[in-house]
Amino acid sequence: MADTALHAADHASDHGHHSSTGLSNNKLAMWLFLGSECLLFGGLISTYMLYRGRVSDGPHPSQIYDIPFTSVSSFVLLMSSLTMVLAVTSAQRHDDRRTNLWLTVTAVLGATFVGGQVYEFTTFIREGLGFTTSLFGSSFYTLTGFHGVHVSVGVIFLLSTMGIIKKNKITGNKAEVVELVGLYWHFVDIVWIIIFTLVYLIPA
Amino acid sequence: MSETTEHHDHGMSDAGYIKIALILAAITALEVSTYYVDFGPLFMPSLMIMMVVKFVMVVSYFMHLKFDSKIFSFLFYTGLALALFVYFAALATFKFFIA
Amino acid sequence: MAIIERPGAATTPVVVTPTQALGAVKRPVETKGWKEWLFTVDHKKIGIMYGVVALFFFIVGGVEALLIRLQLAAPNGTILSADQYNQMFTMHATTMVFLFAMPMAGAFANYFLPLQIGARDVAFPRLNALSLWLLVVGGIVLNASWFLGGAADGGWFMYAPNSGPVFSPSHGVDFWVLGLQVAGVASLIGSINLIVTVLNMRAPGMSMMKMPVFTWMILVVQFLLVFSLPVITVALVLLMLQRSYGATFFDVSQGADPLLWQHLFWIFGHPEVYVLVLPAFGIISEVLPTFSRKPLFGYPFVVFSGASIGLVGFGVWAHHMFAAGLGPVSVAVFSIATMAIAIPTGVKIFNWLLTMWGGKIWYTTAMKFAIGLVMLFTVGGLSGVTHAIAPSDTQQTDTYYIVAHFHYVLFGGMVFGLFSGFYYWWPKVFGKMLNEKMGSWNFWLMVIGMNLTFGPMHILGLQGQPRRMYIWTEARAGEGFFNLGFWNLVSSIGSFILAVGVLIFLINVVYTARKGKQAPLDPWDARTLEWLATSPPKPHNFDRIPVVHHLDEFFHRKYVEDAATHTMKKVAEGEDLVRAEEEAAEKDIHLPSPSYWPIVLATGVGVLGMGVVYGVPIMVVGAAIVLFASYGWVLEPSVAETIDFEPPSADGSTKEIAPLG
Repeated sequence: MADTALHAADHASDHGHHSSTGLSNNKLAMWLFLGSECLLFGGLISTYMLYRGRVSDGPHPSQIYDIPFTSVSSFVLLMSSLTMVLAVTSAQRHDDRRTNLWLTVTAVLGATFVGGQVYEFTTFIREGLGFTTSLFGSSFYTLTGFHGVHVSVGVIFLLSTMGIIKKNKITGNKAEVVELVGLYWHFVDIVWIIIFTLVYLIPA
Repeated sequence: MSETTEHHDHGMSDAGYIKIALILAAITALEVSTYYVDFGPLFMPSLMIMMVVKFVMVVSYFMHLKFDSKIFSFLFYTGLALALFVYFAALATFKFFIA
Repeated sequence: MAIIERPGAATTPVVVTPTQALGAVKRPVETKGWKEWLFTVDHKKIGIMYGVVALFFFIVGGVEALLIRLQLAAPNGTILSADQYNQMFTMHATTMVFLFAMPMAGAFANYFLPLQIGARDVAFPRLNALSLWLLVVGGIVLNASWFLGGAADGGWFMYAPNSGPVFSPSHGVDFWVLGLQVAGVASLIGSINLIVTVLNMRAPGMSMMKMPVFTWMILVVQFLLVFSLPVITVALVLLMLQRSYGATFFDVSQGADPLLWQHLFWIFGHPEVYVLVLPAFGIISEVLPTFSRKPLFGYPFVVFSGASIGLVGFGVWAHHMFAAGLGPVSVAVFSIATMAIAIPTGVKIFNWLLTMWGGKIWYTTAMKFAIGLVMLFTVGGLSGVTHAIAPSDTQQTDTYYIVAHFHYVLFGGMVFGLFSGFYYWWPKVFGKMLNEKMGSWNFWLMVIGMNLTFGPMHILGLQGQPRRMYIWTEARAGEGFFNLGFWNLVSSIGSFILAVGVLIFLINVVYTARKGKQAPLDPWDARTLEWLATSPPKPHNFDRIPVVHHLDEFFHRKYVEDAATHTMKKVAEGEDLVRAEEEAAEKDIHLPSPSYWPIVLATGVGVLGMGVVYGVPIMVVGAAIVLFASYGWVLEPSVAETIDFEPPSADGSTKEIAPLG
């Protein structure tokens, strides 16, 4: 079967690396990294939860959040997770064109989300909530800003992966690279699932 | 000498992933509805449950954790569990959970 | 550069044509001179560099300590002003913890973990190099502060709001925050690297419960790091945002709670102390059995107690905050948890004692340091138990009693373990034996010195001397002969005796390099796989990846049970075993290739950090270097293309580039 031949070729390109667990080094590393990121975002989220109601100056959360807007943003990011999975399955089927298509869509959705964040930030600043205005302000921008930077880095990963696939310069297992970018991307999505509920939907 | 034995043949079809995505979208809609509809005392518990369900679904299906080696689950969920433990404890000392 | 050939190959001249990354930069294949070290990805060279860096900072941190002791030796000390004193104790602790202890453990882990599990390198060799260079950059950023307006002065725990812009206006704290963030990333990357290495690169037959205890302890440490470092990263980021960008996180006037910093710091800070001591526990778990001529007593208990210490270590952090106003419920909970963690540590002490019991003890320097650890750590552990009891800690906290406790566990525990490791493993790394006579002087002066330095601190603490006090006067030294003055003087004298002990070690190192005895392959009749290599090991570690059948596999290859007498009879020397491996050597060994990118990326990160202090243009330059190096790295295969090395030789075996000598 052509599939098996390609599959075997993929493994051959691994230099026949065997591992004690039978699992990929890179995938183990990525999951470990994501496990540690739980503690990073947990700290930022906890800081926000502690300080969300401390508004010495400037607007209070209830006065400033635009739930309908953020809901749309959240939906966009959630859908980008779907398109990311479709990119991964395409890569596993060795369908380069489909892979790049879904990677593109994911990147566009991700960039849209970041654009939405930028719009939200600039609106808030105009409405009087700056980074230094209050504890609420500092905590909010730090938490969502960190998340936004993670999404942006993810978009760069997606675009870079596409570029490297196009130039046929992937040094390892192509499907695995897309899978690992996918794991990172989904993690960024699940952090937002938590942020959306705790920060936006639960009133301070 | 065993090679990396990842199998992607079990797991889900594209249609399956789309189904998961639709479920997630529906839950999200329900979450957003808490902004418009008064859930009364169910407000907090339902939001928390929905958040956790979405989280676990993305991790289990989109991130394929349900179908992969348990070692990955151990590495990730240990980090998550430690995060929950230390931050809950720290917030508790701030009397955060006392009304 | 030298070409080594696999056995049996014809000598064919090789043309090296390095491939290019980014269409511009050729990857290095030089393996001679300084380039051999700067671009290496070999875990052994990286381990040695970690050791050199760590030793350098040990001396720096030691000098800082001696200045502190000089200042406190007499009343009305004039060696250091109050401001200088604050910088000195801050930097002494920061340097010792982050630039000496962790990198030195990293040196041992890097060098020996792959060898102990029968591997040829770690899972991610270039990331390994990156960790090293990030540490170097972090150390430079941290210490640049001395020359750029003053070092950090808020204590190594840097409590906010004292460490904020209002009360710490110089750039010292900024460099501290940046230096630690860089070093923290280094350790995080390293921890992921080593965990994957242990999980995935064990020799065939080496199940987890056949791994040496040193490897196990390092594994636990990596889990501690991977989950605790992000928490201090949050703290450092929040402080950096406040100091450099006006955020309000620790601004009490805005409603901030100072306890937030303390929680974030100590959630990291407590696992960190186990990060510091567990490697030393691992080292002596190898040394004690070797020099007792007995296997480690209760291997599963030692392993599981190590893992328990790691896990429970995440649940006790607020015992550093007993006097901070947490309230009785929180204090009680953390007090009980802290008492619980003494149990697994006690288990280890008993296992080590029972290992020695009934053994034929060989009192080498390595063994003396190991026994020293068991005794001195016990002292420190006992004072620790007194801290766990919150009411008594309320008196002890922030006094010299605490300083005594942690120096007994850190110096008597961790440092003695590291020195044991030096004397034990020096022959394997450098092919020479450290001089045992000097080693004895080294050991005894350090024992006497450390007890004279830190023993009196228990008394000083109970007599009421607070920590971080830059000066004492006769009027307030208390009554009687054995007052603060007396014990401070004794402590200061002790510190110089300790320094002489360390100096003798350094002399030993230089003497050994010049005139040291050539080391046999297995001088100690040891038990674990790293001794199945030559001294020093070949670049590829093992000519043939060993197949493992036992715990203490190397021992079981030398000794076989005699059916008649039920004793272990030696059937082979280490040399015999290595020779057998050479004769059965594998023909096709690919080693990962050197790379520019780790050191370039690390430099970029350093520049990026300095930009936080000195302005956005510098940040932009740093970011550009980081991006350039990242892409270069990603586009470069981990093993250089086959065409980089050879035309294939006549019989199909491969050649690889190897360093000269």
